[in-house]
Amino acid sequence: METFAALAHGMAVAMQPMNLLYALIGVFLGTAVGVLPGIGPALTVALLLPVTYKLDPGGSLIMFAGIYYGGMYGGSTTAILINTPGESASMATALEGNKMAKAGRGGPALATSAIGSFVAGTIATIGLAFLAPWLVDFAVRFGPEDYFALMCVAFVTVSATFGDSPVRGLTSLFIGLTLGLVGIDKLTGQARLAFGIPELLDGVEVTTLAVGLFAVGEALYVASRRHHAEEKLEPVRGSLWMTREDWRRSWKPWLRGTLFGFPIGALPAGGAEIPTFLSYSTERRLTKYPKEFGKGAIEGVAGPEAANNASAAGTLVPLLTLGLPTSATAAMMLAGFQQYGLNPGPLLFAERPDLVWGLIASLFIANGMLLVLNLPLVGLWVRLLAIPQAWLYAGILVFATMGTIAAKPSVVELSMLAAFGVMGFLMRRFDFPIAPVVIGLILGPIAESQLRRALAISLGDPMVLLQSPMSATLLGIALIALLAPFVLRGLGRFKANED
Amino acid sequence: MTPDTASDNLPREPPRRIDRAGLAIAAALVVLAAVLVWDASKLPATTMYGMGPEAMPIVIAVGLVILAAGNLIDALRGRLPPRESMDPKPVWLIIGGLALLIGIIGFGGGFILATSALFVTTSAAFGRRAVAADTVIALAITTLIYLAFDKLLTLSLPAGPLERLL
Repeated sequence: METFAALAHGMAVAMQPMNLLYALIGVFLGTAVGVLPGIGPALTVALLLPVTYKLDPGGSLIMFAGIYYGGMYGGSTTAILINTPGESASMATALEGNKMAKAGRGGPALATSAIGSFVAGTIATIGLAFLAPWLVDFAVRFGPEDYFALMCVAFVTVSATFGDSPVRGLTSLFIGLTLGLVGIDKLTGQARLAFGIPELLDGVEVTTLAVGLFAVGEALYVASRRHHAEEKLEPVRGSLWMTREDWRRSWKPWLRGTLFGFPIGALPAGGAEIPTFLSYSTERRLTKYPKEFGKGAIEGVAGPEAANNASAAGTLVPLLTLGLPTSATAAMMLAGFQQYGLNPGPLLFAERPDLVWGLIASLFIANGMLLVLNLPLVGLWVRLLAIPQAWLYAGILVFATMGTIAAKPSVVELSMLAAFGVMGFLMRRFDFPIAPVVIGLILGPIAESQLRRALAISLGDPMVLLQSPMSATLLGIALIALLAPFVLRGLGRFKANED
Repeated sequence: MTPDTASDNLPREPPRRIDRAGLAIAAALVVLAAVLVWDASKLPATTMYGMGPEAMPIVIAVGLVILAAGNLIDALRGRLPPRESMDPKPVWLIIGGLALLIGIIGFGGGFILATSALFVTTSAAFGRRAVAADTVIALAITTLIYLAFDKLLTLSLPAGPLERLL
């Protein structure tokens, strides 16, 4: 079995003492930052990117895996203890989890979410390890036109799935695509949208955009509506441990959540919102205790939390095998690869198997560490939540600007950070989704160069996009996914008029 | 998406007023598209086969114009999501803090002073009134960050008068 050998090799890489230390630091930092309210896993990865600048690629990616999973665990702690999920994927967890915490069952809620995340993360990472080589074999045969078509699918699904209006989602995507044009065109060396500013020739940094939109934008948004309501921290009361009853009620939702999360995350369909809410509604339907739902049912925490983690591992499938990020967090992971000039995809599996399999193996390790770290240390994380909001956001902004200052200490770069911050604030206020901007920036240039390569090979004949059956199918899917929301909306209006 | 749109389109709901912010968003998208076309028009066409560097900006500009129309329709029908009231003062305080940070870095004031300024303005934006105490805290925290990242992780952070003392 090829996978077992590769995985064993990866384990050998990940078990090196230095790499174990990197994983531990990553897990620790990821949880600590992820637990802060308003900070989701994407921002956690973006904020901690500068910490990994000076490491070698292997160690840095292993630390990354830890940060990624740590951010997810931290996010669910916040969702349970103060009803402010850092990201929409934790919203379902917050629904029941916060109710449980209010009812004095915060401990079991945290425990079921941590153990559920562990179970789901482990199963999904096994899925990743077995699915990835198979997909890589498939992806090796992809031509540039197939890649372009695949990215079109990702563009459409990502911008139509996030947020609730396809027009606003696509607007976000196109802003990202526009930002992706800035800088020197890789194929001809001509500068686009640089306006004679030398700093712009290198293009827009993904981290500057992400930190500006997520961190600065969030701080501005929270500050602007501070007069509405203060969030309340629920103290963890009573036992931390789950009773036999809790276990009995949790294990099936964990497995069902994993079954929802992994495939949906692995498809280029973007986002963990769909699987978490599917899991929530399924548990609500199947439960033997329907009266508890809405008042703190443990199934409503166990299922969505497992779905969330499984889909996080699922998004690594297209990321590692195709180089296709389908969530903001995956886009940040891709940025992490790119800072070392590495491009995830079938080639990376062939050229740097130690790196890829070391990363996959360290996902298992990170997951185990998190389980051990999280349950006993929950008191420490809870104390982080008690930092006064003013200092918390001041600290976040200091850290956010530090990343940019460390990467490029220029007035232009910092002004871009501030401008993206204001943009993020306005987008939050007018309900434009943010992830498509980041995806557009990072995938836009790749999609463009694949398209231009395809057209150069075909001597300029655009029919090449339809002659490959793969590309024609994918473009068809993209078109259907693009038009479906508008058609459905039309039908919805038709029905509403009929009533 | 369907549940949202269904509730959006309830026939009983009185027609909402035209949303001015929505009009501004649509206008901004058109301006962005114009900038793209203007910039692309300055690129010399050099490609022999397929697409040159000027093709994609045009495609994106067309997309932006279509989306501007979509946003315009939403604004005219008043279909923008409801917005909560906002307090502009803290927003301007934080933006001022960012401007201070950029200015201090630009004039060589160094990392500690620049990020301390941002820390103090942000915490003031979140309602803190103890500016003097916050300044002390800010200086202490940013000095620690500077030491940790510049000395331990050997990231190069810009040095000013304070950093040279360390």
